[in-house]
Amino acid sequence: MAIAKVLGIETEYGIAGGPDYDPIASSSIIVNAYAQQGRTRINWDFDGETPDMDARGGVDLTSFAPIVETHLANTVLTNGARLYVDHAHPEYSSPECRTPLEATLYDVAGEEIMRRALGIANDSLDPALAITLYKNNSDGKGNSYGTHENYLVRRDVEFAHLVRAMVPHFVSRQVVIGAGKVGAETEAALEHNPAFQLSQRAEFFEEIVGLETTLKRPIINTRDEPHSDAERFRRLHVIIGDANMSQTATFVKLGSTALLLAALEEFGPDSFPALPRSPVHAVRAFSRDLTLREAVPCDDDRSRSAWDFQDELWHVAKDYVGRTGANAVAESDEVELIMTHWREMLDGVLDDRDSVADRVDWVAKLRVVNGYQERYTLRDHDAKLRAIDLQYHDLRPTHSLAQRVGLRRLCSEGDVREAVHNPPLTTRAYFRGQCVARYPEQIVAANWDSVVFDLGEGPLQRVPMLDPLRGTHALTAELLETSATANELLDALDR
Amino acid sequence: MSERERIQKQRSERTSEASSEVSIDATKGDQLKADLDDLLDEIDEVLEENAEEFVRNYVQKGGE
Repeated sequence: MAIAKVLGIETEYGIAGGPDYDPIASSSIIVNAYAQQGRTRINWDFDGETPDMDARGGVDLTSFAPIVETHLANTVLTNGARLYVDHAHPEYSSPECRTPLEATLYDVAGEEIMRRALGIANDSLDPALAITLYKNNSDGKGNSYGTHENYLVRRDVEFAHLVRAMVPHFVSRQVVIGAGKVGAETEAALEHNPAFQLSQRAEFFEEIVGLETTLKRPIINTRDEPHSDAERFRRLHVIIGDANMSQTATFVKLGSTALLLAALEEFGPDSFPALPRSPVHAVRAFSRDLTLREAVPCDDDRSRSAWDFQDELWHVAKDYVGRTGANAVAESDEVELIMTHWREMLDGVLDDRDSVADRVDWVAKLRVVNGYQERYTLRDHDAKLRAIDLQYHDLRPTHSLAQRVGLRRLCSEGDVREAVHNPPLTTRAYFRGQCVARYPEQIVAANWDSVVFDLGEGPLQRVPMLDPLRGTHALTAELLETSATANELLDALDR
Repeated sequence: MSERERIQKQRSERTSEASSEVSIDATKGDQLKADLDDLLDEIDEVLEENAEEFVRNYVQKGGE
């Protein structure tokens, strides 16, 4: 049986400007600006971080495991999210959410948090040194940074089955959720000299399966860091997505992937389309193919285009929904919304692109790029077209092109304002966020699966949260309401 | 065939269909074009003036 698809998105934002054009310093300014407007600083607790643990078993000593930098700005927010400096980017990791729509809301709340941080930071900086932030994935010069999704998966699902079932989705979903890019920037893609690509990220993928995230990026990442009970759970860490400005694209990205993972848990991998014979070739070729009709040979001797894969996968999801109701992913109204948008976007990109320019990022961006190119008779890759590409992702309302192209909103402004401050109710993020809001002076650190208290006397006390579905509003609200202090909370937890 | 040629070809194929559809398509097409023109005007107002320099200066360190 499928388990609840607890999920979330972590986004590294592009950053420009700031003192000395030092992106690490500027990222710290952004994170500290936001953290210091709260009453206190609560640090991230690195216990339990094992980014070099490989899901295929054991520690992979031959690969370039990511390095955890512990000295950079790093904080936990009252909405249960983590805001920190990752390498040379400010990063927002959303709290754990129970449904794709909720995870979309907390991703949008992350944009709002970055926008507020930017405002506070720039108020204290010389205007000539103002910082700008971009929700995108590359600088157009061969440097890429990630938007990673996380999904809770049953531990007993064989890793080989995850690869078998999910590679077709990860190479092809860009036709509906790609963020679009003018030109190319890696050697392999530059050979083809595309005017436009569906995806920001596709050309950076070099392996099918692996542990790395910064070098030789794999389509399936094997980082085995469950941040929960490792006997029962796996956290599938998906590094192949683009940062979406379209809320509907984020929703369909999360919803389609969660439904397919649940279908895999429920029925196994047999009903999924066969793997492309060369997945790395497929993901790159699909990104460059704006006709969406270029087919690649697959393991079952058929050929499929990215669109064909998505069409088959939509039917796999449809079958799963029909047979089970898909409660592991969301309630029926929300599941219906995922399936409807996914279908409409899929049909629209093929037959009537204008009809989905309000939902598909690459279509919205391409429409402007083509229109501008035509109006001013510009060549492919003209700097103005590249500027449009970049500025599409600018977070500042005064500059954002995404805010001007008519993208549909899924999340109301009121809900986003709430989600900036308050955690989701139905995962352990509720307990984390509430503790940070209620007992900031007594919490010394927190991470995904625990909160650490310092009550002033005696040793530090760690409250473990190994099950992402406990620590919810239903289970802990009364306890939190009746505990005026952290001492009372811990006493009550001991009883 | 370039993307734009393909779309134009599709459009010209469509216009050879029944005449009532032609006029609906034409009206819809005019509206879409007008909308796009308005959008491009708006983008002209906010797009970085020195695009060359703006794009050149945007350099990131890799992440993840």
